[in-house]
Amino acid sequence: MAIVETGSVAAAAPAAATPRAATRTTWARFKPTVLALIVPLLLLAFWQVATTQQWTRLIPTPYAVGEYMIDFAVGGIYDDAYSATLTTHLLASMSRVYGGFALAALFALPIGILIGRVPSARMLLDPFLQVMRPIPVTAWLPLSMILFGLGAKSAFALVCLGAFYPILLNTIFGVRSVDPKLFEAASMLGCRGNAQFYKVVLPAATPSIFTGLRLGLGLAWFVIVVGEMTGVPQGLGAVIMDGRTLSRTELVICGMIVIGLAGYLSDRVVVALGNYLLRWSPNHHG
Amino acid sequence: MAESATPIVEIKGVSKVFQLQDQTIHALSGANLSINKGEFICLIGASGCGKSTLLRIMAGFDQPSSGEALMWGRPIAGPDPSRGMVFQDYALFPWLSVRANIGFGPAARGLGAAEVKAIVDKFIDLVGLAKFANAYPHQLSGGMKQRVAIARVLANDAELVLMDEPFGALDAMTRERLQDELLDIWERTKLTVVFVTHAVEEAILLANRVVVMTPGPGRIESDNALDLVRPRDVASPEFNAIRRVLSAKLHSHHGKKAA
Ligand SMILES: Nc1ncnc2c1ncn2[C@@H]1O[C@H](COP(=O)(O)OP(=O)(O)O)[C@@H](O)[C@H]1O
Ligand SMILES: [Mg+2]
Repeated sequence: MAIVETGSVAAAAPAAATPRAATRTTWARFKPTVLALIVPLLLLAFWQVATTQQWTRLIPTPYAVGEYMIDFAVGGIYDDAYSATLTTHLLASMSRVYGGFALAALFALPIGILIGRVPSARMLLDPFLQVMRPIPVTAWLPLSMILFGLGAKSAFALVCLGAFYPILLNTIFGVRSVDPKLFEAASMLGCRGNAQFYKVVLPAATPSIFTGLRLGLGLAWFVIVVGEMTGVPQGLGAVIMDGRTLSRTELVICGMIVIGLAGYLSDRVVVALGNYLLRWSPNHHG
Repeated sequence: MAESATPIVEIKGVSKVFQLQDQTIHALSGANLSINKGEFICLIGASGCGKSTLLRIMAGFDQPSSGEALMWGRPIAGPDPSRGMVFQDYALFPWLSVRANIGFGPAARGLGAAEVKAIVDKFIDLVGLAKFANAYPHQLSGGMKQRVAIARVLANDAELVLMDEPFGALDAMTRERLQDELLDIWERTKLTVVFVTHAVEEAILLANRVVVMTPGPGRIESDNALDLVRPRDVASPEFNAIRRVLSAKLHSHHGKKAA
């Protein structure tokens, strides 16, 4: 029997980019943005129709809200108590979000590592924390005001509580689910005992810990309004609560939009940071 | 022979029993094996016959239930840099670059940065991965990952390299390349290699001695010295004669069980 070599494979199709191919690549580039905008634009259109058709009188038109947003940001249109105060409120909220988040991380990371790695710590703390976890931040509001008083301290405490559990749970998961082979590999390479904690456990847990921090920061933004129901004078949550008492719906909506955008941007920064720091991890691209 | 009388590894009457709830598994029963420095041993046998168990006892990851495992006459009490394991699924540190994976052992031994770098450079070249020095494991092919795993063990001055089906997950072409490279490294260094495989051909291609194991309970069936010239030719009549003999030994337990 002989092995017959077949003729050379037909030359590949010419690679020159045709106009159609060019359009296709342009479309591929903008597709994510275009698709992402469809739902918000539909919502905006519905809002416009609903308010101009007077289906409701309690919600201002998108245009009115837009105008108010500009006044809220830079002033010069209505010149009321909220004109040009956006930065002040945003900074006040950001300080509570990042402060409360940092405090939560400060507690949750060591406790999570302890519960994940030390069986008696797990037995001591895990049942208690599992019972505390379902209690929503809103339920803590009255107690927090009694314990920490009216004002910023309470807001910090509530934001911290909101960010605490995702960081804790993901840290526990991360330090518990290290591939046992990696411990064997480390010990046969001469890295034993406590050194393994820094050389194996911590780096192996970073993707989970990072996910926890990301979720925690998201939740810190999520609970900021509750946190600022504690009678603080400044902050986006305070603005929204004021807007409710004053029946100024446009103020409420502006506050909501700013929280949404700030939380989104904050998350994008964290994701970019994670993509860089965890570039070694095949399944970590947010 | 004039050289050192003490074998590098001695396995004396080693048994290993695993207790699974109400089930007792005799993974290894009364194994005896003596390995001299510089040998290339292949452990071969059907899955479940205790190959990994024996290898893990030599590595110090597991302790025998009875009997003793010695290295240079002293009991193997735990993992040690002088015995390096190459796992089938690589077990590289995914957060470290190729360079840092290979340098892990030297760094753990407390060597200075310059020394670590010199060692890493040497072994990265040895396995031909200089171009991928800064890549992360997930960016490498299976063959490249296994090269890193081998280099990582060699960089740590291991005298004894334990390999558990290291090429089992690779495609045929990559496997052949790595077999050649491994033989090349083994011939140039004075390594002792214990290599687990379930492929008869791979064992005959690589080994000085082929240790055949059979399951239920796992035990050593026979120990076969091979005196085939290297490089070995898979197609030669000598090779095939040995293949026939070993295959027969490998399947001998079937007859007994079928009764
Ligand atoms: N850690 C363990 N716990 C319980 N049983 C085990 C353990 N490790 C191996 N075994 C059992 O011991 C036997 C031999 O396993 P192993 O040494 O892995 O075989 P091989 O590597 O030859 O396939 C198998 O029946 C396996 O299920
Ligand atoms: Mg095995």
